[in-house]
Amino acid sequence: MKIIEIANLKFTYPDGTVALKGINLDIEEGESVAIVGPNGSGKSTLLLQLNGILRGEGTIRIRSLLLEEKNLRRIRSLVGMVFQDPDDQLFSPTVFDDVAFGPMNMGLSQEEVRRKVKEALEEVELTGFGHRSAHHLSFGEKKKVSIATILSTNPKILALDEPTSNLDPRARRHIIDLLKGLKQTKIVATHDMNLAWELCERAVILNDGKIAADGSREKILTNEPLLVKHGLELPSLSTASKR
Amino acid sequence: MEHSFIDRYSYLESFIHKLDPRIKIISFFSFILFVVLTPPTSWSSFGLYFALILFIAILSKVPLSFILKRSLVIAPFVLMIAIFIPFFKPGEVAGGYSFGSFRLTLTYSGLVIFWNVLIKSWLSVLSMIMLSSTTKFPDLLKGLEKLKIPKVMILILSFMYRYIFVLVDEVMRMKRARDSRNFGGSKFWQIKTIGNMIGTLFMRTYERAERVYVAMVSRGFSGEIKTIDDLHLTIRDFCFLSLIILYLIFTRLWVVP
Repeated sequence: MKIIEIANLKFTYPDGTVALKGINLDIEEGESVAIVGPNGSGKSTLLLQLNGILRGEGTIRIRSLLLEEKNLRRIRSLVGMVFQDPDDQLFSPTVFDDVAFGPMNMGLSQEEVRRKVKEALEEVELTGFGHRSAHHLSFGEKKKVSIATILSTNPKILALDEPTSNLDPRARRHIIDLLKGLKQTKIVATHDMNLAWELCERAVILNDGKIAADGSREKILTNEPLLVKHGLELPSLSTASKR
Repeated sequence: MEHSFIDRYSYLESFIHKLDPRIKIISFFSFILFVVLTPPTSWSSFGLYFALILFIAILSKVPLSFILKRSLVIAPFVLMIAIFIPFFKPGEVAGGYSFGSFRLTLTYSGLVIFWNVLIKSWLSVLSMIMLSSTTKFPDLLKGLEKLKIPKVMILILSFMYRYIFVLVDEVMRMKRARDSRNFGGSKFWQIKTIGNMIGTLFMRTYERAERVYVAMVSRGFSGEIKTIDDLHLTIRDFCFLSLIILYLIFTRLWVVP
């Protein structure tokens, strides 16, 4: 079943920058898709379209729901968005309040909210961090809490913007293992090529607001001339696995 | 980068720390109210107020030296305002200075008002320091919210608490970047860079606000702030509050000036 259907999506920023020039992309339920591309290629813009933060021309359907004003709330609870900078995602005085923010907005009862927060924190292995203030967490912990803030709302799709940027190798490893364990449909915008290789079975190259290539990771992420042409490089893991 | 906590020592464990934030807010604010309403010449009352704060401070296990040091932070501001009072208040002259044809006179009533301003501001500040160093900031916000302070105010305070150090970090990073490229240059040029930094900081703050809002909207924010209710009053809280209020009333009414 197709969970995301994007048809002929075009978007221009108010300052005149054309960010997306006609995107067609279908994603199956349970798929993990890496959106790779150089800086400024439109990756983040594309993610922000998925829950209607930015609205362009063309149509987007999430689980057959057309992205329009009356479906926005429903769609936003289906698409969990993890932003690049955890200081943007975590805006509450305590970790608990942040993780509870989504469920509270969904209008759940207090016990349910507490349960969801507990489960979400368990899932990212930060049980007992509820009373902490986000400012006093390490960057890796902040990133995990960011993921917990959307897991608590039970999203069907995880949209992650550069989930491994600025992380040290160990924290990066943690995040990748954590993401691998999540069964939701994942869309990962990144230029961490090894992350794309490890986490996703499908890769889409975005360059200059257009889809330059789309296919299985073996087809796309091992094609060095194609990657280099679009300002990327071969993931070192893909050559290692060739033996 | 690490910073000292705003609510330093609020993570200690003591009788005072465990009280409900609402009770503490009401107690400490009534304390200020009583202090402000005490006539300046009832010296013994001020002694008793101070004794109360001292008692709470000892009970709370917050280091006294920290409380004293922090209370002096506002001293310059109070002094700057109050220092002129003794010279301008008319009344019985206590002394005078001459500077050529210019003459300054001190009056007794002026001095009393000066003392009044000093002691009241100091006691009030002590009480606020006790409140903030025995209550975690998030709890303080919850307490204020329960006491029907408008949610917008609470939200502004909570963003302040969350982002003040993020901004401080940003300023420090900019300062470092500037200093590592600063090889002298005129004073005027240096002042100009500070202006640019302030402008840049404003832009970055503005952009961050936009991103935070997007993150809120993505998680279903629709303009209404909902919070979880996990404060519970106990008998201990009521005992504390009634004792404090009784003590204050006693100090204000029955103590001979």
